[in-house]
Amino acid sequence: MALSFQHVTKTFSNSPHAAVNDCTFEVESRTFIVLLGPSGCGKTTLLKMVNRLVEPTAGEIIWDGQNIREFEITALRRQMGYVIQQVGLFPHLTIAQNIAVVPELLGWEKKKIDARIDALLELVQLKPENYRARYPAQLSGGQQQRVGLARALAADPVLLLMDEPFGAIDAITRASLQDEMLRLKRALNKTILFVTHDVEEALRLADKIVIMRAGKIVQYDTPFNILTAPANDFVRELVGADDMVRQLSLIPVASIMSPLPKNFVLNGSPTIQVEDDLRNALSKLLQTGASSLAVVQENNPVGILSLEQIRASAKQN
Amino acid sequence: MDYLFKNPLVVLELLRQHLFLTGVALIVAISISLPLTLLILRSPRLTTFILGVFSTFYTIPSIALIILLLPLTGLNEWSVIIALILYVQVILVRNNVVALQGIDPAIIEAARGMGMNRWQIWWRVQLPLALPVMLAGIRIAAIVAIGIATVGAKFNAGGLGRLLFDGIAQTGRYDKIWAGAIAVALLALAVNLALIALERYFSYTRKAERAV
Repeated sequence: MALSFQHVTKTFSNSPHAAVNDCTFEVESRTFIVLLGPSGCGKTTLLKMVNRLVEPTAGEIIWDGQNIREFEITALRRQMGYVIQQVGLFPHLTIAQNIAVVPELLGWEKKKIDARIDALLELVQLKPENYRARYPAQLSGGQQQRVGLARALAADPVLLLMDEPFGAIDAITRASLQDEMLRLKRALNKTILFVTHDVEEALRLADKIVIMRAGKIVQYDTPFNILTAPANDFVRELVGADDMVRQLSLIPVASIMSPLPKNFVLNGSPTIQVEDDLRNALSKLLQTGASSLAVVQENNPVGILSLEQIRASAKQN
Repeated sequence: MDYLFKNPLVVLELLRQHLFLTGVALIVAISISLPLTLLILRSPRLTTFILGVFSTFYTIPSIALIILLLPLTGLNEWSVIIALILYVQVILVRNNVVALQGIDPAIIEAARGMGMNRWQIWWRVQLPLALPVMLAGIRIAAIVAIGIATVGAKFNAGGLGRLLFDGIAQTGRYDKIWAGAIAVALLALAVNLALIALERYFSYTRKAERAV
């Protein structure tokens, strides 16, 4: 287990109710965990207890077998990337200097830091030669958060904490940042804790979702299981479990396609990528008017998918 | 004006005394105001109280304040310097408070979350971000101090005020009064311009504009 929360509770002195109330759950290494819930449910407080910006009133958090209280607090934080909604870039430092902060705190050599800055800017798709010397005020909100992400990844932390990172960003940019996040999740292979109140975002990104309400964990499961077997009416309504189309978006094409018929020729028929989901497949079928799609992997056909199959899978759930 | 050109050595000596009074007062005042600001920022109530006390000092006429200090420090430049320190405190502390409170809390949270300790947050983040506003406070304090220090001549502390008071005491010496007034005004103007240049040098928004 990468992280283990054991009866974690936080009561703030100005409130009679616990912000986080006896939360126990475990996070496997290299999984993308989304903390989801309405505002005030305690998800951000729970996240901030991991890097000890908030200290729990009771309970323990164990990281790779060691209680986080045993770490020196600054050393602990330097091993965890931290991204916040307001980004919080340092306005008096250039983009390169912003990214260099944690490596400098850790005493890296200048050469290594420079190489790292370029690699990270490439990773978040900002051209180093164009962006290194700029200041945060010269970047758009979306670009700033890309830099915020690069800065959090600077010292290659194994754990990444993200507190509503795309919450203040317009819908179009947010969608592209989410795509980016999916790509990074595969490329980086890190344990990620991600706080959001956006259900679509949670369903899209998460390996597993922690659903919280009034400081308590209501359900902790995969997006698919949460949609198909919501723990109670609160979860059902929150995630819109009655929404068929939403469910389709969580079923990968690969899981229900049928094998290629013999002598199959692609011959201009509409195609869908094998890693895509059934919602996109359905939309493509409706768009093109075709009765089936060729499923392709790196431009080679690997199977076919018909409207009938999609309908059958929707009924099952 | 004539007097300034005909007696350059006299004027230079008075200028030196004037710079000594205001310079020492400012250096001590700044050294007090910074830790004081950090101390009172922990509590909004304390901030209001301390600023209130210094504002009250500011309303006491300068001659009265210096006279009140005479029994403690004697008839010399130190009474004037201490009065100046008390006067500019309200300007310095208030600007420091505004400068530090003006920093976006998200920036401080990011700094903490990244693993900076208090000291690193102060030197690498808070001070550079607050410096332009703090310098604006120092600039106003310097000008106020230069003006008030003219009174120092009355209390055996020297300075350009000597020209003014001599001119008033001797009949028909308007040239001295003019010389004193012009010299003080020019000094204030020069110091103002120098500190504006310094503010600009440390302004990160201007840095960002230049970087395009």
